[in-house]
Amino acid sequence: MASKRHVLPGFGISMGWSVTWVSLLVLLPLAALLGKSASGGWGHFWETITDPEVVASYRVSFGISFLAALINGVFGFFAAWIFARYEFPGRRLLEAATDLPFALPTAVAGIALTALYSPNEWIGKHLESLGIKIAFAPAGVLIAMIFIGFPFVVRALQPVIADLPADVEEAAACLGATRWETIRRVVLPPLLPALLTGVIMSYGRAVGEYGSIVFISGNIPYKTEITPLMIFQKLEQYDYPGAAAIGVTMLAASLVIVAIGNRLQAWGNRFRKEA
Amino acid sequence: MASFIDFRNPPGSDRRADTAVRATAEPLWIRRILIGSVLAFFILFLFLPLTVVFQGALAKGSGVIANAFQDHDILHSIQMTLVVALIAVPANTAFGIAAAWAITRYRFMGRGLLLALIDLPLWVSPVIGGLIYVLLYGRRGYFGPWLTAHDIKIIFALPGMAMATIFVTLPFVARSLIPLMQAQGVEEEEAALTLGAGGFQILWRITLPKIRWGLFYGVILCNARAMGEFGAVSVVSAKISGRTNTMPLEIERLYNDYLFPEAFAVAAALALLALVTLVLKTLSEWENARQFEASRRVSLETTIEPLSSPLT
Repeated sequence: MASKRHVLPGFGISMGWSVTWVSLLVLLPLAALLGKSASGGWGHFWETITDPEVVASYRVSFGISFLAALINGVFGFFAAWIFARYEFPGRRLLEAATDLPFALPTAVAGIALTALYSPNEWIGKHLESLGIKIAFAPAGVLIAMIFIGFPFVVRALQPVIADLPADVEEAAACLGATRWETIRRVVLPPLLPALLTGVIMSYGRAVGEYGSIVFISGNIPYKTEITPLMIFQKLEQYDYPGAAAIGVTMLAASLVIVAIGNRLQAWGNRFRKEA
Repeated sequence: MASFIDFRNPPGSDRRADTAVRATAEPLWIRRILIGSVLAFFILFLFLPLTVVFQGALAKGSGVIANAFQDHDILHSIQMTLVVALIAVPANTAFGIAAAWAITRYRFMGRGLLLALIDLPLWVSPVIGGLIYVLLYGRRGYFGPWLTAHDIKIIFALPGMAMATIFVTLPFVARSLIPLMQAQGVEEEEAALTLGAGGFQILWRITLPKIRWGLFYGVILCNARAMGEFGAVSVVSAKISGRTNTMPLEIERLYNDYLFPEAFAVAAALALLALVTLVLKTLSEWENARQFEASRRVSLETTIEPLSSPLT
């Protein structure tokens, strides 16, 4: 059995290399994060992560992200659906453009969105005359978070929609179901895990996002400051334990989000196998 | 009964086909609304921001762009971006191949943990990706006193920026190779082994040609992220223009100095890189899917073949 496992050569070098690399670049620095967060004592840790300004930043990073993820859930579902099901001119272009937020550097996205939504600019000036403020307001943070999280929902859903067997829809129609009933009771249930996975992944991305948000948000304390920005603030004050405390808090939150995402994905895979 | 059905759909009429379509597809007006709303979403959130970048760069004429790309600080930021990418991309490509090889070829203890750690930079905030290195190598970090005593600068200098970039781009190559190599299996490699090929011969002659499109896909994504990274690098860079600014950091500096045309000129260069990346990525996805299909067909044929083989 033991010899069967290592038939191909290179086990030592490939595993040794990857484990060393990951240990030096991920594991050791993460240990430093945990160590530093504890080095200021529990009191300092708690004081930092419950500081009113930091707590206000949770509302932005975790609250507005949630709204953005829901909006992406709706439009991501529409986009994945029309990509998988409809044929129309420009479909392939839209499909390829879906990943633009992955490819476009966040700083570029940041200044582009700011230019678009600032008062006196493209869209901003029309909204301004209606009394709507987007740049340098929470709505701007929302826009940036929608931008950055959009591809996740489409990418999670599209293959699952493409795999949906057509015969169950035909059967439902033969049995007298209206199209809406078929969608609601036959099509949507097997898509639900993938949809939720996409939404939670887009949520996770928006929670940690920095570059595309800091330009458009204006970084107004208690209003549009995001949690990653708080880490910068602590570092500038040379408060390493404080910065690490916020880092650990964010890491723990992201870990929970990812764990939920993985469970949803596993649930979805089981769903697909049973179907 | 038959007359009832015929009453609604007389044989040979178009309405029968029409009903079949209607039962398994949405009405035309709903299709139109769906396509229209998605198109509006794309224009508002993806195409307009992209247009704004190029428009912003060209707003004050092409002379500004020409001047911008002769400016010493901007040129230096381009150089920094290239240097950082030249360190991070080859390093993570080599790592990605090694990790994918280890994970898909062998079962060992801690394999799941290794996979989880490779994925970690994908979901953790990039700012944390910079922070962890400051805590290790910064002035008040764990190795700070030792590094200061030996006059070695990591944070606020190139080594720190390279490390933070390696961290955020760590998953890309490994992640694009693992599913591909898992699906392709090891039959060819094992055959080469029985024919007497050595480890590096197998890697160079069998595995690398097999995975080249997946590898290409991973490398271009890794490169795009390495050149465009902002959050992680901005923690570990001193942000001194002409010294430690990469292109994204230089964009921030120019933007905050109200040098908008210059900021957008640099941004347009990075946006072009993003567009090229998207095109190459889409092409390699198609090629990958084609090869995936082909390798599946081949493996189907090989399992069927023995049945009709003259030996049996």
